[in-house]
Amino acid sequence: MSLRIAARLARRELRGGLRGFRILLACLALGVAAIAAIGSIRGGIETGLKREGATLLGGDAEMHFTYRFATNEERAWMAGRAERISEVVDFRSMAVVEGDGRSERALTRVKAVDDAWPLVGTVSLIPAMPVAQALAGRDGLPGAVMERALIDRLGLSLGDRFRLGTQDFVLMAALAREPDAAADGFGLGPRTIVATPALAGSGLLAPGTLFDTKYRLVLPPRTDLAALAREAKATFETRGVRWRDARDGAPGVTQFVRRLSAFLILVGLSGLAVGGIGVSAAVRAHIDAKTDVIATLRTLGADRATIFRTYLIQVGALSLLGVVIGLVLGGSVPLLLGPLLKERLPVPAAFGLYPGPLLEAALYGLLTAFIFTLWPLARTEEVRAATLFRDALGAARLLPAPRHLLAVAAGLALLVGSAAWFSGAPRLTLWTAAGIIGVLAMLALASLAIRALARGAALAARGRPALRWALAAIAGPREGTTSVVLSLGLGLSVLAAVGQIDGNLRNALTGNLPKIAPSYFFVDIQQDQIDRFRARLEADPAVRQVQTAPMLRGVVTRINGRPAREVAGNHWVVTGDRGVTYAAEMPPRTRLTAGRWWPKGYDGPPQVSFAAEEAAEIGLKLGDSITVNILGRDITATVTSFREVDFTTAGIGFVLTMNPAAIAGAPHSFIATVHVEESAEAPILRDLARMFPNITAIRVRDAIERVSELLEGLAAATSWAAGASLLSGFLVLVGAAAAGTGNRTAEAAILRTLGASRRRILSSFALRAALLGAAAGAVALAAGIAGGWAVTTRILDTQYSVIWPSAVGIIAGGALATLLAGLAFAWRPLSTRPARVLRARD
Amino acid sequence: MTEPVLSLQDACLSLEGNAGPVDILHSITLEVPRGQAVGLVGPSGSGKSSLLMLMGGLERATRGRVFALGRDLTTMDEDALARLRRDHFGVVFQSFHLIPTMTALENVATPLELAGRRDAFDRAMAELEQVGLAHRAGHYPTQLSGGEQQRVALARASAPRPDILLADEPTGNLDATNGTAIIDLLFGLRDRHGATLVLVTHAEELAARCDRVIRLRDGRIADPEARRAAR
Repeated sequence: MSLRIAARLARRELRGGLRGFRILLACLALGVAAIAAIGSIRGGIETGLKREGATLLGGDAEMHFTYRFATNEERAWMAGRAERISEVVDFRSMAVVEGDGRSERALTRVKAVDDAWPLVGTVSLIPAMPVAQALAGRDGLPGAVMERALIDRLGLSLGDRFRLGTQDFVLMAALAREPDAAADGFGLGPRTIVATPALAGSGLLAPGTLFDTKYRLVLPPRTDLAALAREAKATFETRGVRWRDARDGAPGVTQFVRRLSAFLILVGLSGLAVGGIGVSAAVRAHIDAKTDVIATLRTLGADRATIFRTYLIQVGALSLLGVVIGLVLGGSVPLLLGPLLKERLPVPAAFGLYPGPLLEAALYGLLTAFIFTLWPLARTEEVRAATLFRDALGAARLLPAPRHLLAVAAGLALLVGSAAWFSGAPRLTLWTAAGIIGVLAMLALASLAIRALARGAALAARGRPALRWALAAIAGPREGTTSVVLSLGLGLSVLAAVGQIDGNLRNALTGNLPKIAPSYFFVDIQQDQIDRFRARLEADPAVRQVQTAPMLRGVVTRINGRPAREVAGNHWVVTGDRGVTYAAEMPPRTRLTAGRWWPKGYDGPPQVSFAAEEAAEIGLKLGDSITVNILGRDITATVTSFREVDFTTAGIGFVLTMNPAAIAGAPHSFIATVHVEESAEAPILRDLARMFPNITAIRVRDAIERVSELLEGLAAATSWAAGASLLSGFLVLVGAAAAGTGNRTAEAAILRTLGASRRRILSSFALRAALLGAAAGAVALAAGIAGGWAVTTRILDTQYSVIWPSAVGIIAGGALATLLAGLAFAWRPLSTRPARVLRARD
Repeated sequence: MTEPVLSLQDACLSLEGNAGPVDILHSITLEVPRGQAVGLVGPSGSGKSSLLMLMGGLERATRGRVFALGRDLTTMDEDALARLRRDHFGVVFQSFHLIPTMTALENVATPLELAGRRDAFDRAMAELEQVGLAHRAGHYPTQLSGGEQQRVALARASAPRPDILLADEPTGNLDATNGTAIIDLLFGLRDRHGATLVLVTHAEELAARCDRVIRLRDGRIADPEARRAAR
């Protein structure tokens, strides 16, 4: 009964139009649109990846071997199941151009292919030609194709020669499109493609060198991929073979897209929280404006439940409208920008309408509206009929009834729970939610403090009227101080935290790291080369330090006899192949945290020294057994010590170090790090390349640059999402400024009657806006610094220092935003004739 | 003597002000028999409107007892008081308090809807006819003159056939012509439905139309005669 009447009353109330609800609609629409757009773009990319799985992978399935080719038995297994097979070898090398008095060298990722490649998809070359023709070469030399960036770097023209290892190649074409590039993931150096047989005399695929082989399979139609995957894993898991199939052709990309979008959606959620402040302020203002109506209804006999439901239905309907607008906007962004996005994305995407992400965004929007409107809606229950005679609402309780508080808590739990579930990153979600709630609490306290400070300062500002009026207004109840500090503060906090994290990450990469990091990494140094290599460098006065270590790669397959994934979950140590080394004696500057190093000349059962921090994360104890598959052979070693490994210096750091007898017999090469004066880098590199053509040099500065580029993209994406939060904050600000226009008009009328000039009143308005914005910015900066410090030191594990340019920008931005919003609404108060205002108030 | 429809026993009202509690009404004791028209008069701030609010359960006595139709208002919660008003009271305000988003007809129908009356709109239309505004039924308050708005408010107050009509300076915002018309209507409604009327007014000639006049000064019944009679 009460619900039907409430619905009827709500419908009549909605006739009042959307006036006063524009900010509510805009805030909800913007927040929902941002999340819906991010989710829809994710949906488009995931669908594209799934649809193009086989093309991305280069076949229906792939078997991936580290360091070796497939054995005859493994080839037979593949041949028994596939219609066609293609073998691809992937490794890093140096492309060298010499002659005409010049010498250029550059790191490249080499893909050596057979005649069958590509099994799926097409290769685009410039000039257009079949890939087989390009790789066949000319004038008795094998051919190669290269990415344009590498061609330019080496200063090559089509038909020019270059060398890989000891083999010369002729550049036949530029590589415009490599169909299976996304499946190869992140790599250092642009791509060169050659035919595998051409590498026979290059010395680059010697036993022990670092290379991967991938066998792409085209399977008979209607092959049960899941069943085949199970069979492959059961047969080959212990041999270190990895299986992938077209159901998820580029798992690295899929995971990256999923993680990035989860993170961006969390940033979007904080934007929705900012909008929530605006929603809450709009509903509060609406309820305040409706006090007389509510009191009249109370006088006419409406009970509290009927009135509460009336406004709940009204606000619910408007929130639904805001959410729908947001869904339409957010859902259409990928459709409208699809062609543009597709062009810029390195992976296929199928943009369209995806109900899943839209429902997720709608759920977040409605729950946010519920959480932020219930509190002000509960105030309807405080309105008594006597309010018609006197302002009885001013004495309303600070907190709503416990059942409303419980409902808000339940809504919040549901919101955080669903965000954790949808994102697949519950810890990150909980931390983000705790961060937002913490910042909101801090901002609420700060707004009280700002008002108290302004009250005190207003007394001290006697004799300076414009300043005193500004401070008094900030201290007073009508300027919307709390709403401005909360909304703008939260928006700026998100941006400040992003700025601080990004700045510190950049500092870590480009500030300190190049100073302590080596100049070069060298890989693929053969056992018969290592002594000459070391001697050459140690004799060079420009070389400050040389570190070398034997390097094998292996997959941790079992821990204490149980599958490693079962014990360690998705810990990075067990998810891919890891570097493994051996040492007879404990290397200098090594610190053991537990256990003992094996004795000199030890040749008993294999022992392993494990990195202490990673061991603790996995839960390893001394005496546990670890099985590592190296080149298809299982080696089970006992953990006899834990040692500190510092991965932040970009030096040599191995999680697993074994006693020599355990693995030294396996084919392997060495790696080296070299610290050298920057001016001597080029001559040393030239000399080493001539002495050891097969060795690959990775310039650390280039690697850092490549990572910086990636981070730049990530920071840009994050800034866009954080920008949506700030825009929400600005909308709330505009709403607060618009809502205060009536009060400011009355204030200006009285002040002008008392003789104040318009200029003086305007400067007071400007001062209050700028002071309030700067205060909100300062609080946001404190929150941003706290968040930035926590993420930098706790998660990224690097040193933190305040990024001042970003910090100053945040405070100035806050002041400027409020100033603009304040001044935009200063015209009416200053232009309305005092007599008109004062007469209307009589 | 018939049972009084309104009875106040030593009723006091204090309100919290910025500088502490302010005593509004002091030990008011009075009884109003069924069907009587009572005029409450006194200078501004004497407590007339507050006394009216106590009688309608719109304000809660801080001490003493207030009975309406035999029910103790001081022991009832807000929702019970709202229901009591819905079923037995009609209230008319100086500033009309029509709901701006509702038409005249919907304003009048609202208390009937709240009472669950199926014929709410038919009854509301009949009430509008009684006050001569049937032709304005579809108009919103902002489209009506002050006098018309007060007539709608009167129709709204009388539509549920209340036992008690409370009117707080119903002509305070109207010119003399409209004021007289409203008072005629008010007394006409009271006569037609036999309701008890409590009328707050500044105007002596208006108070003189009531069966009884109670004068208030500084929150007390000022006239000793009336005080005795009130008992």
